[in-house]
Amino acid sequence: MSVAGALFMRELRLAHRVGGGASVGIVFFLILVTIVPFAIGPDLNLLARIGPAVLWIAALLATLLGLDRLFQSDMEDGSLDVLRTADLPLEVVVAVKCLAHWTATCLPLALAAPLFGLMLALDGPAMLGMAATLLAGTPALTFLGAIGAALTVSLRRGGLLMAVLILPMTIPVLIFGVSAAQAASGGTVPFYAPFLILLALSLAALALAPFAAAAALRAMSE
Amino acid sequence: MARGERLLAGGLSFDVRAGEALTITGPNGAGKSTFLRMLAGLLPVARGRITLEGAEADTPVAAQAHYLGHLNALKPALSVRENLAFWADTLGQGGAALSPAAALAAFGLAHVLDVPGGYLSTGQKRRVALARLLVAQRPLWLLDEPSAGLDAGAQAQLSAVMGRHLAAGGMIVAATHVPLGLDGAVEIHLGGDAA
Repeated sequence: MSVAGALFMRELRLAHRVGGGASVGIVFFLILVTIVPFAIGPDLNLLARIGPAVLWIAALLATLLGLDRLFQSDMEDGSLDVLRTADLPLEVVVAVKCLAHWTATCLPLALAAPLFGLMLALDGPAMLGMAATLLAGTPALTFLGAIGAALTVSLRRGGLLMAVLILPMTIPVLIFGVSAAQAASGGTVPFYAPFLILLALSLAALALAPFAAAAALRAMSE
Repeated sequence: MARGERLLAGGLSFDVRAGEALTITGPNGAGKSTFLRMLAGLLPVARGRITLEGAEADTPVAAQAHYLGHLNALKPALSVRENLAFWADTLGQGGAALSPAAALAAFGLAHVLDVPGGYLSTGQKRRVALARLLVAQRPLWLLDEPSAGLDAGAQAQLSAVMGRHLAAGGMIVAATHVPLGLDGAVEIHLGGDAA
């Protein structure tokens, strides 16, 4: 097996064994989405209007939730040091770990989102739009989050600080994600314009974030 | 050699040939671990360079080295077999490496193959970490107090394994406080505060 492939499979296996992996993220997502109608009241029109925004914020929080441990556990048990002697640049290690995290937590989230959209009175096209925008936008959240995870890798309680560092950077993703999701169920904005920008944001994060995160990890281990 | 802003040691010059071992001794805080981390490419070299003869010029020494630090790099949630197989996949470069079962047997731990890493005792974890040296073949071993937490039997097994590695033309650089049973090892003593 290739080095990157071995790392990817190990990350998936660890995500599955430690803390139930995807299921906890989905339950957290479900709870956030469930709370909103209780807080806002049973106004179906209002719920349908803010539904995409609620789903996106829930997905954002659920994604960032598990990210603070992305490098921390490997740092604490020495795996990161050994991985750095492997025949794989640290940038690729970061990218593979992000992809595995995305597969384990964000992919199930995006697939489950249409189902949860039912509770927010979304119609058919809006649900499909939700799933599509989450599939397109969550890679950006994961890769941006990896920068925060790398910067806070040596802090015992780094989770909150990581969220404070990263949430402002996720605002563009949120804006275009929500506007694309809303455009899917009608409206004045065409669907593709914000959706393509969302894809561009994900690609840019995928290309740049591994370098930033790897540089942070190198600096933190000195 | 520097840690942060503090220069720890300067003017070190040495070479290790195939089949030779080098032990690094010195009081706590003298810079033994820093020295090994530098060799493993985990810390930048303040001044000077580290080269590997016979390799292509731009090959980092780390790519030919096993680094065994204080930490065991063992995932508690994965079984010992999965842990070792992962390191075999990531560190291996072909060559005659042992299977996880055979590597564990060399340290007398064949019976824990399918036990999750988190269930092992301190000494057993250390022995699994040492078995990592055998599942992937790399010529240079960088060992940071390899015998920490080992009982007398395991220390003898470690000496035997290191002896075989040297006999096969390998190299070992080890930081240690106790004799490792390496015959003819060259010693570098890093001075403490007095130096």
